[in-house]
Amino acid sequence: MSKMRYSRRTILKGGAAAAAATALPAPMIWAQEIKDITLRQFGTGVSNLNDVAQKVKEDLGFTLEMTALDSDSVTQRAATQPDSFDIADIEYWICKKVWPTGNLQAMDVSKIANYDKIVGIFKDGKLTPDSEIAQGTAPHSVGFIPEPGATTFADEQTNWMTLIPTIYNADTLGIRPDLIGRPINTWAELLNPEFKGKASILDISSIGIMDMAMVCEAMGEITYGDKGNMTREEIDATFAIFTEAKRAGQFRAFWKTFDESVNLMASGEVVIQSMWSPAITAVKSRGIPCVYQPLKEGYRSWGGGIGLSSSLSGMELDAAYEYINWYLSGWVGGYLMRQGYYSAVPETSKDFMSENEWGFWFEGKEATDVITSPTGDTLAQAGEVRDGGSFEERMGSVACWNAVMDENQYMVRKWNEFIAA
Amino acid sequence: MTDLTGDTPPPETTAAPKRAGHGLGANLLGWLQAAPLTVILVGFLVAPIIMIVIVSFWGATEFSIYPAFQFDNYEFLFGSPVTYRVFLATFKYALITWALTLCIGFTVAYFLAFHVRSQTMQIALFLLCTIPFWTSNIIRMISWIPFLGRNGIANQTLQDWGLIDAPLEWLLYSDFSVILAFVHLYTLFMVVPIFNTMMRIDKSLLEAARDNGASGLQTLRHVILPLTKPGIMIGTIFVVTLVMGDFITVRFMSGSQKANVGRLISNDIALLQYPSAAATAVVLLATVLIIIAVLLRFVNIRKEL
Repeated sequence: MSKMRYSRRTILKGGAAAAAATALPAPMIWAQEIKDITLRQFGTGVSNLNDVAQKVKEDLGFTLEMTALDSDSVTQRAATQPDSFDIADIEYWICKKVWPTGNLQAMDVSKIANYDKIVGIFKDGKLTPDSEIAQGTAPHSVGFIPEPGATTFADEQTNWMTLIPTIYNADTLGIRPDLIGRPINTWAELLNPEFKGKASILDISSIGIMDMAMVCEAMGEITYGDKGNMTREEIDATFAIFTEAKRAGQFRAFWKTFDESVNLMASGEVVIQSMWSPAITAVKSRGIPCVYQPLKEGYRSWGGGIGLSSSLSGMELDAAYEYINWYLSGWVGGYLMRQGYYSAVPETSKDFMSENEWGFWFEGKEATDVITSPTGDTLAQAGEVRDGGSFEERMGSVACWNAVMDENQYMVRKWNEFIAA
Repeated sequence: MTDLTGDTPPPETTAAPKRAGHGLGANLLGWLQAAPLTVILVGFLVAPIIMIVIVSFWGATEFSIYPAFQFDNYEFLFGSPVTYRVFLATFKYALITWALTLCIGFTVAYFLAFHVRSQTMQIALFLLCTIPFWTSNIIRMISWIPFLGRNGIANQTLQDWGLIDAPLEWLLYSDFSVILAFVHLYTLFMVVPIFNTMMRIDKSLLEAARDNGASGLQTLRHVILPLTKPGIMIGTIFVVTLVMGDFITVRFMSGSQKANVGRLISNDIALLQYPSAAATAVVLLATVLIIIAVLLRFVNIRKEL
């Protein structure tokens, strides 16, 4: 309440100045007042980093409060508690679910300084002009709306973006090469009886169903019309295969949070499972061999972005734009890329990475020196190459995006049954 | 059943008419005295439950719920074989956990009440039982995971002793680990009420039993057990409701592989299916209430409180 009053009072005298200020880089005219601003950001653990909040305080002067939740809780909060946050750091498939609630406001593209440098995946869906668009909820398909206030998405680029893309990656299966001892090259291996009681998938329906689809397709059991938008029959067939595997004891456990996946892998409970890139990194940093195995069918990809609460206005809104522009200006991108993610504006991140780091993480070159994470853990020795290779190789072979389907509610109920089966 | 407890006074039957004669003033005062608790109970217990019942008839879309009066949620719930399996699993957890906590709880309470002579020692040992409760539930539960894991302490020790060749897979992420955690977490809820009722047993009754030639076992069966029934019943209600309503223990200790009703509800909530979750909650609530009603028919707890 007090914040709202503050905004209304200041918007008259400060509005014009603030509008001018956002167009200019620091130092800002409103530098004094901005110190009192607190923006509340929440999202999944991947990019809700306290280091980012500290750097924001340093560079921009205002306070950013971070809350990290799991994907389901993030969706729930964005959909049901619009006043509990100012900035939502969510994935694109969550955006598809949440946008129609009207809890987020569209962003003016003309206020985004680095818009032109954002990779094509988030604009027209194509990494290079001749690449094919993968199945699923591709970010560009829910990235724009025709006009402010619209609850449906636009088919092409407009001046109004739903989320400003910040982070994305290509996911695949993680394996323990020391415990498997042979090459793995297909998604079908997840249900190979050889790994009975030593496999795992993640218990987040929107992501898990895509991993399942990759597996079923790789096994040759099911041919999907569109994995990202399955029919009821396809959903039933997919769950039938996985329920049978579950009853046969294929899975050791399902995981829901990042830390669980790390512990399962590091403790040797599981040798093959769905995994996220930094989780591999976390296992490796404990000195345990772990590979983010590229598979011949391609990757399951995901992308995240920053959305603004519809209740955000006045000075806070300006501060949020300031934050977004800062986010894309390179420091965060470099930080995230040194963890194995990709930045939406890779070229600005280059300035915040050493030549060795850029070569290793982005270009897929051999490391010329030790590669360390932003927090100082050793991730790779000189001579090692990133699993999967360069940015173009990895993002170029995306088979599908995390998705929300038309039959989502049916899928969710089936998922619930699968977990309980 | 009640002949052994015959020395306790019969229920007060004369109190009610006496109070009625005091007139409106006292009546009003009584109402006023009861008002704060009533307001709290209505606001924080009755109203939310009514809300849950109402929402259980509503419909849901991806991201919102809309008022309606439809039986879809119940239809889906009762139409799915998974529901029956999950309820069955929930009863199984409750029953096994109840049996184990009862055995352990009764033994511990018996030891504290009858074998430990000095009261200081009794209190000291009793407090000792509560020490694990100084940390959170979750921590006590999760600390089992590294212990029971494939390469955990338990498996390694057994292998070192040469008792097993390969690690025991069923130690973790199984019904075993779930029930182990339940027993670990909830035994104290059995110990406390049973200990409490045992402490109230008149020691002269035990002496009388012995003087009449009863063996230790006979005293236990015919004197102590009937007299501790109210404690056992309170403990039973605690344990059964806790286990039936739990979801986090099942989730962590089974590695999400097993399900009980609580998990069904929590999955629904996580997926924004509030009406469906509400319907499941209503059915669970009804089930638990029925169980408690049945339990209360066996023993009159009020008499003991």
